[in-house]
Amino acid sequence: MSKIARSNKKVIHMVKRSGISPLKAWGIRLIAAVLGLIVAAFVIVGITGVNPLKVYEGIIGGAVGSPRRIWVTVRETVVLLLIAVGLMPAFKMRFWNLGAEGQILAGGIACSALMIYGKSIPAPLLLFLIIVCSALGGMIWGFLPGLFKAIFNTNESLFTLMLNYVAMQLVTFFIVFWENPSGSNSVGIINPSGKEGWFPALFGSDYGLNILIVLIVTVVMTLYMKITKHGYEIAVVGESQNTARYAGINVGKVIIRTMLVSSAVCGLAGAVIVSGASHTISTSTAGGRGFTAIVVAWMANLNPAGMLLVAAFLVFMQQGSIQIASQYGLNENASDIITGILIFFLIGCEFFIRYHLKVVNTEDDKS
Amino acid sequence: MDTNAIELKGVTKRFGNVIANDHVDLTLKKGEILSILGENGSGKTTLMNMLSGIYFPDEGQIMVNGESVTIRNPMDSFELGIGMIHQHFKLINILTAAENIILGQIGQGRRDMKKVNKEVKDLIDRYGFELSPTEKIYNMSVSQKQTVEIIKVLYRGADILILDEPTAVLTPQEIEKLFDVLRRMKKAGKSIIIITHKLNEVLEISDRVAVLRKGSCIGTVETSQTNAQQLTEMMVGEKVHLDIKRTDPVGCEKRIDVRGVSVRDSEGLFILKDVSFEANSGEILGIAGISGSGQKELLESIAGLQNIDSGEILYYPPGDAPVEKLSEKSVQEIQNLKISLSFVPEDRLGMGLVASMDLTDNMMIRSYRSGKSKFFTDRKSPKKLAEKIVDKLEVKTPGVETPVSKLSGGNVQKILVGREIATNPNVLMVAYPVRGLDINSSYTIYNLLADQKSKGVAVMCVGEDLDVLLQLCDRIMVLCEGSVTGIVNAKESSKEELGMLMTGGRKVERSV
Repeated sequence: MSKIARSNKKVIHMVKRSGISPLKAWGIRLIAAVLGLIVAAFVIVGITGVNPLKVYEGIIGGAVGSPRRIWVTVRETVVLLLIAVGLMPAFKMRFWNLGAEGQILAGGIACSALMIYGKSIPAPLLLFLIIVCSALGGMIWGFLPGLFKAIFNTNESLFTLMLNYVAMQLVTFFIVFWENPSGSNSVGIINPSGKEGWFPALFGSDYGLNILIVLIVTVVMTLYMKITKHGYEIAVVGESQNTARYAGINVGKVIIRTMLVSSAVCGLAGAVIVSGASHTISTSTAGGRGFTAIVVAWMANLNPAGMLLVAAFLVFMQQGSIQIASQYGLNENASDIITGILIFFLIGCEFFIRYHLKVVNTEDDKS
Repeated sequence: MDTNAIELKGVTKRFGNVIANDHVDLTLKKGEILSILGENGSGKTTLMNMLSGIYFPDEGQIMVNGESVTIRNPMDSFELGIGMIHQHFKLINILTAAENIILGQIGQGRRDMKKVNKEVKDLIDRYGFELSPTEKIYNMSVSQKQTVEIIKVLYRGADILILDEPTAVLTPQEIEKLFDVLRRMKKAGKSIIIITHKLNEVLEISDRVAVLRKGSCIGTVETSQTNAQQLTEMMVGEKVHLDIKRTDPVGCEKRIDVRGVSVRDSEGLFILKDVSFEANSGEILGIAGISGSGQKELLESIAGLQNIDSGEILYYPPGDAPVEKLSEKSVQEIQNLKISLSFVPEDRLGMGLVASMDLTDNMMIRSYRSGKSKFFTDRKSPKKLAEKIVDKLEVKTPGVETPVSKLSGGNVQKILVGREIATNPNVLMVAYPVRGLDINSSYTIYNLLADQKSKGVAVMCVGEDLDVLLQLCDRIMVLCEGSVTGIVNAKESSKEELGMLMTGGRKVERSV
C-alpha cells in the first residue's frame, strides 16, 4: 500500500438537510437577493462607473415610474404568463415544447389576417373569430410535433424548435402581401383609423381585455391540470409512460391532445400580442418570449402563482433596462447582466436550502 | 494488529434525516469470508460504498490493515487493495473480457493484449474460474459477466473483495460454482465480504456473520455457532414465523388458456417461443426462470400490453359467460374483465405507481375513468380506498396525502398489491411482488396471495426466490429463453430440479 498518509486534510462535504423552516428558507433567498444586488453593483461600477444605486433607481422608475409604464409592465407580464401557462401542460407531460415562438407567430398570423381581411365583420364577431382562429393557428404548429412524437417517437425539442423558423419564414412571406406602406418591408400598424380587430378598452384601460383573457385562461388551465381526468392523464404520462401504459392510458392520444391544448394557448398569446398590444406583425412579434416563458415556467416549478411572480420579475427588469439604457447611455444589455446575476444567486441559493456544507477535519484520525 | 484487514469504528452516514449507518463497528479478519446480513434498507450497501469510496462517512474511523485511512474516492479505495463487485455490472458489451479488465488502468506504452490475455488466463486458472479472456461480453451469460467483474478487481491487485448480492442473479448451480471460487480465493489469503439476505447461503459460505438492522450493527457471530432461526431473529429484531398457509386448491376451473404464444422483439428475436399453459382458479401458478427469460413479456401479453406474433390467449370467465379472446382486446377491455397485473420493476416504481403522486392519486390509476363526471376526476372514492388499504394492510404512512416516494419499499408494494386486490380480480398476476421487501412484509404479501387463491382467484406469480415459490405455489412453470421447459407440481419438485429446468434442462454451456 503506497500512499496512505492522507491525514491532515480538510474535506468538504455536502450534507442533505433534513428539513428547513420556511422562514429560514426565505431568509436564505433574501440574503441571496441582497448578495446578488451587491455583486451586480460592483459589476456596474466596474464596467460603467455609474453609481449603482442610481441605476437601480432607474430600473424601478422605468418599470413602475408612471401609470403608463405600470400598464406596459403589466401588459408584458400577463403575456409572458399566458405563454408560460400554455407551456405548463406540455412540460408537465415532460414534452419539451420549445416551439412557443412558432406557435405565437402562427396565432399572430391568423390574427393579422383576420384584422386585414375581416374589417367588414361586426366587431364582437371579429373579436371572437380572432381568438378562435389564433388558437387554431397555434394548434397546427403544436399538432405536427405531437403527432410525430406519438407515432414515430421523434425528438420533440428539435421538431418544435425547427418549426419556429418555419413560422418566421411564413411571417416574412406574408409581409410581402401585407406591406404597408409598400416598400417599407413591414406591415405597419394595422387598421390605425378604424381600429378593426383591436382589443377594445376594458376597465378604463387599453389592456383590460388582455388581463381578463390571461386571468381566465390561467384559472381554467390550472383547474384543467388539477381536477380533470385529462390533467390526471398528463401527470401520469409525464411521470412514467410505463405506468400510463399499465393503466391503459393511450399515451399517443394524450401526447397529441395535450400538445393541441398547449399550443392553442400559445397561439392565443399571439392574438393578445397582435390585437391587444402591437397591432402589427413582424418576425420579432414573439421576440424571444416563447423562450423566456420556459424559464418562467420552470423557475416557478410549473406553479401558476409562481409563474406570475417570475414573469413579473423578469418583465420588471426588462422594462427597467429600457429606462437605464436611455438615462445613462448604457446598453440595454446592462440590465440583462443585472438580471443574470440576480437569477444566478436566486437559483444558486436553492442549493443551500437543500444542502448544507460540512467541513470534515480528518486530522482527528490519527495514524 | 495485523490480523484485521478492515476495521470500522463508529462509522455513521446520514442522508438528510435518514440515518443509513449508525455508529457501525465491524472487523474483517485477514483470510476470512464475512457475511453481512440484513434486510433491504438496513444499510449494508451504504456501508460498503463507504469502503469503496463512493460515499464519505459523516463520522467514524476506517482502518485498513491496521492503519487509519481516509477514503475519499474510488481511486483511494483501489490503492488500499479494496475491490467491490457491484450488484449491477459495469462492463462494456462490445469489448472482450480482458479488455474490460484492463479498462481504466494506466498501462505503459503500447497495449500488449497478448500479455494481458495471458495474465488474465493465469488468474482464471489459479482460482478455477471458467472464462475465456478473449470472449466478448455480449456473448456471455450473467454468471460469466460476474466472473469478469471479479477478475477485474483481482487483476488490479485487490486483497479485500466486497461482493454486493452476488447470488441474486444466479441459478443454484451457478451459485455453487461461485462459492467454490470464493473458497479458493480465501485459501489464497484474500479477505472477502459478501452482502446477502439469503440465510442458507450465509450459513454455507461464511466464517462469520455480521448482522445489520436499521443501520446499526446488531452483532457478529461465528457461522458455526448459529442457525437460520437465530440469524432471522437478529435481522428482524423479533421472533418471526416463516410459513405460508398453503391450502389445497379447490374448485379449480380453467381461467386462462395460453396457446402457442410467440413474441418477438424489435430485432425479430424470439422473446417467447410457442408458450402454452393453463391457469386455473383457486390455484397459484408460479413462474420461474432466470431474469429476462420472457416472464415480463408473458404477463404483459396476457394483460394486453404486448403484441403477440402468433398464438392466442383465451379467458374463461366464471359462470357461463362466453369465452373471451384476450389476444384481440385492448388493455382497457382486459382490465374490465377483472384481469389484473401488478409488476414490481427493479426500481419498484415506474410501472403501476407514480412516485411523486400521493396515495389517493395512485389509487386513481386504476379507477380514474369511473366517477359521475366524464370530464372531472372523482377523488373521494379513491381516497376512501386508500384509507382502507392503509388500515387493512397496516401501511406505515403519515397520511393518504403523502407521495408514494416518501414511503419505504414494503409499504409501496402493499399499496400496489392492495390496489390490485381491491379491484376484486378474477385473475391476479404479480411479478416480483416481494422484490426488496423485509421478511415480515414479504410474508404479509405471500399470505395476501394465498388468501386470494382461497377466494377462487387464479393467481400467477413470477418470483425470484425458488424456496418461496416452492412453498407458495401449487404448480410452477419454468421458462428458459422464452420457452416453457417444464410445468411441475410444487409439492413434489425441488430447487435443483427447477434450477435444471431454468437452464434448459441441460448443463450451462460455457466456453473455456
